[in-house]
Amino acid sequence: MIAADLYTALPEIILALFAMAALMVGVYGGKDKLAEPILWATAGLMVLLALFVGSKGLETRDAFNGMYLSDAFSHFSKMVILISAAVVMIMGQGYMAARGLLKFEYPILIALSVVGMMLMVSSGDLIALYMGLELQSLALYVVATMNRDSTRSTEAGLKYFILGALASGLLLYGASLTYGYAGTTLFAGIISTISEDGMSLGLMMGLAFMLAGLAFKVSAVPFHMWTPDVYEGAPTPVTAFFATAPKVAAMALIARVVHDAFGVVPGDWSQIIAFLAVASMFVGAIAAIGQRDIKRLMAYSSISHMGFALVGLAAGTAQGVQGMLVYMAIYVTMNIGVFAFILTMSRDGNPVTDIGSLRQYSKAEPLRALALLVLMFSLAGVPPLVGFFGKFYVLWAAVQAGLTWLAVAGVIASVIGAFYYLRIVYYMYFGDEVEPLDRVAAPVQATLLVASAAIMVLGVINLFGVEGLAALAADALVN
Amino acid sequence: MLNLLSIITFTPAIAALILAIFLRGEDEAAQANAKWVALVATLATFAASLILLAGFDPQDTGFQFVEEHDWIMGFSYKMGVDGISILFVMLTTALMPITIGACWNVTHRVKDYMIAFLVLETLMIGVFTALDLVLFYLFFEAGLIPMFLIIGIWGGKDRIYAAFKFFLYTFLGSVLMLVAMIAMYVDAGTTDIPTLLAHQFSTETISLAGWQIIGGMQTLLFLAFFASFAVKMPMWPVHTWLPDAHVQAPTAGSVILAAVLLKMGGYGFLRFSLPMFPVASDIFAPLVLWLSAIAIVYTSLVALMQEDMKKLIAYSSVAHMGFVTMGIFAANQQGLDGAIFQMISHGFISGALFLAVGVIYDRMHTREIIAYGGLINRMPVYAAVFLLFTMANVGLPGTSGFVGEFLTFLGVFQVNTWVALFAATGVILSAAYALWLFRRVVMGELIKASLKSIKDMDRREKLLMAPLVVMTLLLGVYPALVTDIIGPSVAALVDGHALALQAHEAASQMAQN
Repeated sequence: MIAADLYTALPEIILALFAMAALMVGVYGGKDKLAEPILWATAGLMVLLALFVGSKGLETRDAFNGMYLSDAFSHFSKMVILISAAVVMIMGQGYMAARGLLKFEYPILIALSVVGMMLMVSSGDLIALYMGLELQSLALYVVATMNRDSTRSTEAGLKYFILGALASGLLLYGASLTYGYAGTTLFAGIISTISEDGMSLGLMMGLAFMLAGLAFKVSAVPFHMWTPDVYEGAPTPVTAFFATAPKVAAMALIARVVHDAFGVVPGDWSQIIAFLAVASMFVGAIAAIGQRDIKRLMAYSSISHMGFALVGLAAGTAQGVQGMLVYMAIYVTMNIGVFAFILTMSRDGNPVTDIGSLRQYSKAEPLRALALLVLMFSLAGVPPLVGFFGKFYVLWAAVQAGLTWLAVAGVIASVIGAFYYLRIVYYMYFGDEVEPLDRVAAPVQATLLVASAAIMVLGVINLFGVEGLAALAADALVN
Repeated sequence: MLNLLSIITFTPAIAALILAIFLRGEDEAAQANAKWVALVATLATFAASLILLAGFDPQDTGFQFVEEHDWIMGFSYKMGVDGISILFVMLTTALMPITIGACWNVTHRVKDYMIAFLVLETLMIGVFTALDLVLFYLFFEAGLIPMFLIIGIWGGKDRIYAAFKFFLYTFLGSVLMLVAMIAMYVDAGTTDIPTLLAHQFSTETISLAGWQIIGGMQTLLFLAFFASFAVKMPMWPVHTWLPDAHVQAPTAGSVILAAVLLKMGGYGFLRFSLPMFPVASDIFAPLVLWLSAIAIVYTSLVALMQEDMKKLIAYSSVAHMGFVTMGIFAANQQGLDGAIFQMISHGFISGALFLAVGVIYDRMHTREIIAYGGLINRMPVYAAVFLLFTMANVGLPGTSGFVGEFLTFLGVFQVNTWVALFAATGVILSAAYALWLFRRVVMGELIKASLKSIKDMDRREKLLMAPLVVMTLLLGVYPALVTDIIGPSVAALVDGHALALQAHEAASQMAQN
């Protein structure tokens, strides 16, 4: 029995053991000199694990008496998480090394947080959920302060920690209320209690508190305050990581909780999520207009995008979950491209993040400027770029669930948001000339930037089959 | 050929790709190469579209040259043309070589400029050939990207304001249409346009937030589509982006904006609003007719007072598009024939007028009317061409402008005499502003010192104008060229519309009894 359980959770176990082993090797084997090999090994292992998880396909199992679930939904989410984490790590390696930030703990902490994320998307129990979430968060708090000598980085980490602890508290309170009223921490048990006895007020409060805690993790409004500061203060590779894998994990976790534990009463949580979605879309779109720092701008952009992903969840249907998964996969791809670009932004060797420094960038680097232009239009959701299809999916799910007003709000927010994406295009192509950015070779980043843009264009043909996989994943979650 | 439409649609895009990948450098040879590649590609597209026209059977009112492939999410890549869309394809392919010719003197980022126009051509043709809602939306919206860049990079002094206004204004209009399309998809279960044309959207009155909505879902869908097409047209009072965009856009951009991009709105009304939401169209027809009449009179008055030539022509475009919406919502054979004819004819005439402004702008670098006067003394050929198009713009019999205006009046007169009467005063005003413009720019003594050495049109400019002159006169004296092709399809559309209204009437009578 235990062997089967362990085998089911093998990917997490392997990654966790690897992280511990790497820690030993790092401590005893030469500290930061080993950072680069450890980073590559971690990234390689993550890709292998992604393939391994992918090979499980549609298989559905559970382990540890239902605390750990392995189904198509978790497989899909884990693949996105693992691959994006590996890519982001490789992408930021040069930047970290050049600034003396490449400590051997960095890949290990990332690996541990990825273990936490994998547990999150596989959790079938409130305790497993909390464990996964905290493992992920604690590792990320430390990573945010990776640049120990920078006050802003430390400040970012501290802010993240304090607000994150508050959110964890809310979540834990909600979980304990749920446990109190349902009498069990298992999602399967909670849902059967609800279908038998109906939704009690205590469970309702529990659900609301848990959603509040989880909304903090996806930085949905009104729990988004930490996002711009942390994005700005953390070293750029870390910001890139924050913007990708953890968002997928938290979003998948929300889907898991609302469907597995509260799936029989979609009306109760759909309203809460719809509110979070509308608020995030609008605040993200409007607040980004005033931003001059590209990292802060991307923070608000991610808030707005999380709003759109939540639109899919608010529908409360399999199409909604499918839309959310497609949206997140596309969002992660776009963000990897944009952050690959931000990593190359420097002047006299120092990183710059002011969007004004992009003026007439298209003259110096036509190809990269074109790639960034494609990504900006894709983020804005202009067809024929793939970002449009992500929006189409979630809006379609919302309309199908009768939430047409939510779809209308979404498209209006997307028009407001288009303004600041266009402004970046405007700086690159029509702006006045300023002192140009350094011309850095940066082969890895440039390749990722161009590849990400190419995916946005070529994906129009069939979205690389992501929609079919997401449909299978969504069907596994929503029965 | 099985996939002729795809070939026509994507030839320019492939040429753009070739330019992007293989052409390097910004020296004169590279610039010339870019221009020639673009010209050859657009001419090849035009040639291919002639094959399409030759193989087109006007008597068949269904879609022809249909291609279909599966795509994501149950959409399909489906292309086809009928009598309504084929002439818009022809208009686009015919005008693109002229547009490319119009930017022969550009020296700033020539390669990018050519790529932008070639991509834009693909997207414009795609709008008219797409037979899937989402595919249509894809082409319709994507056209904003190259146009945004064309205005923003190669435009005039206030180009940034104009580019943003153009993009955000039209984007806001279109996204509501997107929601409506999704709602149609959910309702009908398909995005296939021929199937949707046969689908009946509910007209049952619904109440929304305390409002009783007559015409129900059709009304809501109609309004969402209306928001998009009215902005694109543009109709009064949402036309304000157009003068800004026109004034700031480079000459070639203005030509394509006036000649083709504005037609997308009219095409949308013909393809979606009228046949898919007949009841809602009928409910809103009086409103649209009056808006059109106001547009014709008001924008003509505004045009009268403009000091910038391009702005004047831009306002006159809004007025002429008023005739188009008026004809469409008259919903009878003459009105629709007239509307389509007017769009085709306006494509040639307004394109030519913007080219004409471009000719003197290239020489004097100003579009202020006051800076000119007496050009006839030094530029006789130019004066003749400008006079012809001024007259065509006014709607002089013998030019294509007359046929379009006459037919739309004929159509609308049967439906609403007052609108026809009111709009007819706009014709007088249009004569006033056009002739006054001609008087101030071309006629009189040449007294401005700066104009003393101005040269007449050169060979390239004459070559660009020649096909437009021919088409304007040809369509003016032999309009059957157009009406024979569109006639059967328009008749089918009108009949279908009338039948749907009758059925609705009968159904609501039954309900009352």
